[in-house]
Amino acid sequence: MPDRHRASAKPTTTTLPSATGPVALLVGTRKGAFIVRGDRSRRTWKLSAPMFLGHIAHHLVLDPRDGRTLLMAASTGHLGPTVFRSTDFGKTWKEAQTPPAFPKVPEGQKGLVVDHVFWLAPGHAGEPNVWYAGTSPQGLFRSEDGGVTWESVKGFNEHPLRQEWTGGEQDGTPDGPKMHSILIDPRNAKHLYIGMSSGGVFESTDRGATWVPLNKGCLALFRPDPYPEYGHDPHCVRLHPLKPDRLYQQNHCGIYRMERAEGKWVRIGDNMPKQIGDIGFPIVLHPRDPDTVWVFPMDGTEVWPRVSPEGKPAAYVTHNAGKSWTRQDKGFPKSQAWWTVKRQAMTADAHKPVGLYFGTTAGEIWGSRTEGQQWGCLVRHVPEIYSLEAVELSR
Amino acid sequence: MKVLIPSALRSYTGQNNEVEADGATLADVLSDLDRRYSGIRFRIITEQDTIRPHIRIFINEDQASNLTAPLRPGDQIHIICALSGG
Repeated sequence: MPDRHRASAKPTTTTLPSATGPVALLVGTRKGAFIVRGDRSRRTWKLSAPMFLGHIAHHLVLDPRDGRTLLMAASTGHLGPTVFRSTDFGKTWKEAQTPPAFPKVPEGQKGLVVDHVFWLAPGHAGEPNVWYAGTSPQGLFRSEDGGVTWESVKGFNEHPLRQEWTGGEQDGTPDGPKMHSILIDPRNAKHLYIGMSSGGVFESTDRGATWVPLNKGCLALFRPDPYPEYGHDPHCVRLHPLKPDRLYQQNHCGIYRMERAEGKWVRIGDNMPKQIGDIGFPIVLHPRDPDTVWVFPMDGTEVWPRVSPEGKPAAYVTHNAGKSWTRQDKGFPKSQAWWTVKRQAMTADAHKPVGLYFGTTAGEIWGSRTEGQQWGCLVRHVPEIYSLEAVELSR
Repeated sequence: MKVLIPSALRSYTGQNNEVEADGATLADVLSDLDRRYSGIRFRIITEQDTIRPHIRIFINEDQASNLTAPLRPGDQIHIICALSGG
């Protein structure tokens, strides 16, 4: 792999410089993984050959600490789940020696079984080789050797209230209940957040040994008590690296922001246009402006079609932390475009202006070099897109 | 004894569709198989030692329902992946 194709590390600091190198998109699909390489101007894009064709690539993530290690959460329709690892940006791969797996229970008891690894998160910048994985059903796993071996995080997986927090299988999403949005406070490696569908948002201040629910103010319309302590359905939760005490989430029941000191979610989706609503899967943060956030609304009415409202795709952006939202649909089809964008399938690069990218379940990748003011289709005809991550390549 | 490998697992066996593994029970054979072809067992057996839902394992002509089945010299193990999907 030539050096120019190796991604550069992005340190987590209080001053995040704009990226200037070419961008690559890491694409996880229902039928394999791809890398899409852009040029320096982000005008032309080249799709790689498929990697692990036929495997379900739930999440493909670069280690920002070394800029070259990729981890991929994979399964197939019939085989058990695993994690593949590349130390040369996808040129060669090796399977994890011990993939995430729940502890074996004594004979006669029903133990948990990992159906698939859903979410991969590199650990704190000061803990090289630490990774976290979230699974379906909801489980948290940690690796301290770059993803080669994985250990169960007992503080969550064996917590006596885990079953109560997460509910039963019927409480999860149709393709399995999930742990996602594993967030690490850039100031403190012990400070973690997780999101669960279902379960809600939880916080740990001791590297996962203990957990507390963090759902005050967040609606759960599908519960008898619409404001329970836990049991919510966050679709995607984000923490701003420059303002780590600010959290945003796109929830099953709206768009929210939390100032951690206040400890209460505020429904900023109430400020979205009423005819659009504030339901969706992804939420994306501006890398340098904690007040700027993008969402991609979907139809959450009646039986939840989960497609662009009225067949008219649009992103919405706020520049004031959710007080007001602006529609961004230039370049999208004006009608009859019934797109679904999954929770891991929208992302931003760190350029100035920021590049935005999302993948649809119909196998298209759309992007904007202008922070959403103008959109264009970058890639067509790939399989159903599950995840998309933007990374900067070295110059 | 002889173990027949489905196409989905042949990336572990160097594309061989037929390999050798030893053991007195199905569990032993699968452990031996994993020693020879690291990672293959977890793709077909869960962490709770159950056969995964879309996998079938036959000992000669008989389907195994768990890993305790005893084996005799000369038995043939046949691992089969479901063909369903889309």
